Amino acid sequence: MTDLAHIRNFSIVAHIDHGKSTLADRLIQATGTVAQRDMKEQMLDSMDIERERGITIKANTVRLNYRAKDGQDYILNLIDTPGHVDFAYEVSRSMRAVEGSLLVVDASQGVEAQTLANVYQALDAGHDIVPVLNKIDLPAAEPERVRAQIEDVIGLDASDSVLISAKSGIGIPDVLEAIVTRLPAPKGDRDAPLKAMLVDSWYDAYLGVVVMIRVIDGVIKKGDRIRMMATNAAYGIDKLAVLRPQMVDIPELGPGEIGIFTASIKQVRDTRVGDTVTHERKPCDAPLPGFKPAQPVVFCGLFPVDANDFETLRDAIEKLALNDASFSTEMETSAALGFGFRCGFLGLLHLEVIRERLEREFDLDLITTAPSVVYHLHMKDGEVRDLHNPADMPDLTYVDHIEEPRIKATIMVPDEYLGDILKLCQDRRGIQQNLTYAGSRAMVEYDLPLNEVVFDFYDRLKSVTKGYASFDYTISEYREDFLVKMSILVNDEPVDALSMMVHRDRAEMRGRGMVEKLKELIPRHMFKIPIQAAIGGRVIARETLSAMRKDVTAKCYGGDATRKKKLLEKQKEGKKKMRQFGKVEIPQTAFINALKMDS
Amino acid sequence: MTDDWRNGGFGLYLHWPFCQSKCPYCDFNSHVADRIDQKRWEAAYLSEIDRIGAETEGRVLSTVFFGGGTPSLMQGDLVHAILDRVRQTWTQSNDLEVTMEANPGSVEAGRFADYAAAGVNRVSIGFQALRDEDLRRLGRMHSVAEAGRALDVARKSFERISFDLIYARQDQGKEAWRTELMEALAMEPDHLSLYQLTIEDGTVFAERSRKGLLRGLPDEDLSVDLFELTQDLCEAAGLPAYEVSNHARPGQEARHNLIYWRLGDYAGIGPGAHGRLTLKGQRWATEAPRAPGAWLDQVERQAMGELAREPSSPEDHVTEYLLNALRLSEGAELSRFAALGGRPMREDRLASLVEGEFLIRVEDRIRTTRKGRMVLNAILRELLLD
Repeated sequence: MTDLAHIRNFSIVAHIDHGKSTLADRLIQATGTVAQRDMKEQMLDSMDIERERGITIKANTVRLNYRAKDGQDYILNLIDTPGHVDFAYEVSRSMRAVEGSLLVVDASQGVEAQTLANVYQALDAGHDIVPVLNKIDLPAAEPERVRAQIEDVIGLDASDSVLISAKSGIGIPDVLEAIVTRLPAPKGDRDAPLKAMLVDSWYDAYLGVVVMIRVIDGVIKKGDRIRMMATNAAYGIDKLAVLRPQMVDIPELGPGEIGIFTASIKQVRDTRVGDTVTHERKPCDAPLPGFKPAQPVVFCGLFPVDANDFETLRDAIEKLALNDASFSTEMETSAALGFGFRCGFLGLLHLEVIRERLEREFDLDLITTAPSVVYHLHMKDGEVRDLHNPADMPDLTYVDHIEEPRIKATIMVPDEYLGDILKLCQDRRGIQQNLTYAGSRAMVEYDLPLNEVVFDFYDRLKSVTKGYASFDYTISEYREDFLVKMSILVNDEPVDALSMMVHRDRAEMRGRGMVEKLKELIPRHMFKIPIQAAIGGRVIARETLSAMRKDVTAKCYGGDATRKKKLLEKQKEGKKKMRQFGKVEIPQTAFINALKMDS
Repeated sequence: MTDDWRNGGFGLYLHWPFCQSKCPYCDFNSHVADRIDQKRWEAAYLSEIDRIGAETEGRVLSTVFFGGGTPSLMQGDLVHAILDRVRQTWTQSNDLEVTMEANPGSVEAGRFADYAAAGVNRVSIGFQALRDEDLRRLGRMHSVAEAGRALDVARKSFERISFDLIYARQDQGKEAWRTELMEALAMEPDHLSLYQLTIEDGTVFAERSRKGLLRGLPDEDLSVDLFELTQDLCEAAGLPAYEVSNHARPGQEARHNLIYWRLGDYAGIGPGAHGRLTLKGQRWATEAPRAPGAWLDQVERQAMGELAREPSSPEDHVTEYLLNALRLSEGAELSRFAALGGRPMREDRLASLVEGEFLIRVEDRIRTTRKGRMVLNAILRELLLD
């Protein structure tokens, strides 16, 4: 057990690419926690996708031993939190598990929207914050300007910011000293009943479910019987360890300490982030505040391109769901796309990460339908229903009104692009809330409907600002609006996979976009094909795919017959990838491209 | 099945694989060689005729076709020797049709009389265009004037003459084609093959097209107009289309090619030649090695110039039957389709094609409308693919 005064628990708050993972690597190196030969980049990001995208999806932790300039030995626990809004709840729990944060800001880029969102969470959690300016060795670095910006925008005293270059190793000892001297030690009562927060959990092929906890009060030991207060399940502790970052067994964890245990838990679903872990026999009085179960906010259908892969997809989804309590699934059938799953995600990044893992780790080709948010249908009989899938939209005569989720978006952008951003947000039914300047950067806050953001908003944002804008959001509330279901009809047959919920004012534009896209994607047939977008029985956009006029082989003699026959056989194979709608055959690639999320 | 081939007849195709130069649009099995030992080739052809003759003993041969390549590069003696052996091998129908493809150059024309003496009675001349500039673009070695002279020479030697033109060429408008085709019709051929230029994979044109260097090709609307115009002018001149790209005065159709289109039997001899032979109730697809040297070697060493034969399945039969027969104005017979495939044609698909005015159905026979003929590949997909 370690004396509380010699423990420091902290996280690192930063925007993507501002050097969070590199700084973590340097801290691990400088404290000799990992032998030099075992170091690899982004030590804490264990998934391929995390490394490639430079993002952190799961919370990770590492325990560092540090002898400070005062000659004392300290234990420093770093929790590397997910930096993305989709995982905001996980971030908030991780933040509650530590007492302080390093705020890492790129000295050439300055404060970004995501930095703000995370720093506010750190402040909410009551953290002491040490500003760290990274990349000070870059020619474009402007530490003074960025210092001023931190003070203006965030309101933190940045006068004694630590100046570093994580990449070149400059200033790392100063960071370690600042952690010890400027961040507070944890508090806790060793003699009180056990109270620990479940920070994260994951599935390990050898150990089963691994649970990360922060002990608040009391002591947890190997062999203890514990209870999870939200799920009310009891387990015996099989293994207790700390992460350095590999597991090192430890006999007990006391107040202020962070570690992991295993307890023969079968599924990650049985462990809830934010839950309180206590002893079965001598429980604590009340659980820690703030627990809430994960709520998916974005839904889409996932279908195998090859119908024969359905079973593989089912197994793959089950495996991923074991390790991700925030991901919900149910079976779905579509006339267009066959058997698949309707899946719920914490946000678009979460959706994309899951899709990518399914394709990569299970070698699947998937069709993803247009992402949809969860609408609240207020029925005339007073019932309120959640609508996850536009295909399930009931007859309008039973619906009194529809509410949609709104978000509070924060966008930071160089002022030359501000006009484009305002126009984009306006076009997406945004309501401006706030507009402030910090130097040559503008910070604008918008109230936006989430359904406009899941539809290619990031992409548009990136393209109109040449990638210079940063964007973050939190879900704010549900609000009534004039929302309708738009159907797509090909040769007068509705194509279920393409229907979507849209705002009435935006329906014409979205409908036009879709029918024009489809006109390019559906091959011509022997007859002309109307392609329509409709609301109820009313057509709001129409294109006509003209009939094919000429497709005949000029020469066909003895040897050519063999060649033509082979061509037909090849077309027979191709036809398997077509879906039939009445008389029209639509290739799967057309669905894939029509539904392509431009993110 | 046993006697089905009799609906189409029996012919012999001989492939001569050499050309003086390779045309940029051509994807046929043709090669340019400096020196050709015609005696070695003669021995090989004769050996193959003996072999196939033994397999098809008792058949009545109704057509012979020399294709290529440029068979009019063959020496008169070689043609003579081949046709002598053919006559010794098979019983022939009274009006045996012997066609040779020819280039309209002066050298070739000089051999026409020899060919006629050897037994060739029909010539199919590769005019390709009646405009010198276009002939150059198509990589042809002859001029329009030479072609005219070759036609005159041919008329003295052969009873039946056909020539080929390629249209829907680069920068060719409707009026230009009308004028050119009228000039062709004025030469009073009794048979015309009129092909829309097709960019085939693996040709020089395909390469140019890929690089965006092949400009001025007609769009779909213009190519439909050109096709329509061709039908109209030929019909008015008494040479209606009897096949997608072939026009003839009634009775002057190429009987050899009708064997292909009516799903008859034909022996294929020479590099890359394909054949279809029904032997003891089983129809076989035959194919020879494509490279001239490889074919020649194999015949000399193994006395057999073929790759492994493929048995045709009922599905192969119906596919081949439809894709060939629907090219003809006379169309296909539903009863023959059913007998070949062991299943009737899909009624629903057939009915919708009739309703869409792509096909006409009269009792047991279906044939394409003019509109249908232009989208024949789509019709075949409808009728043949599930």
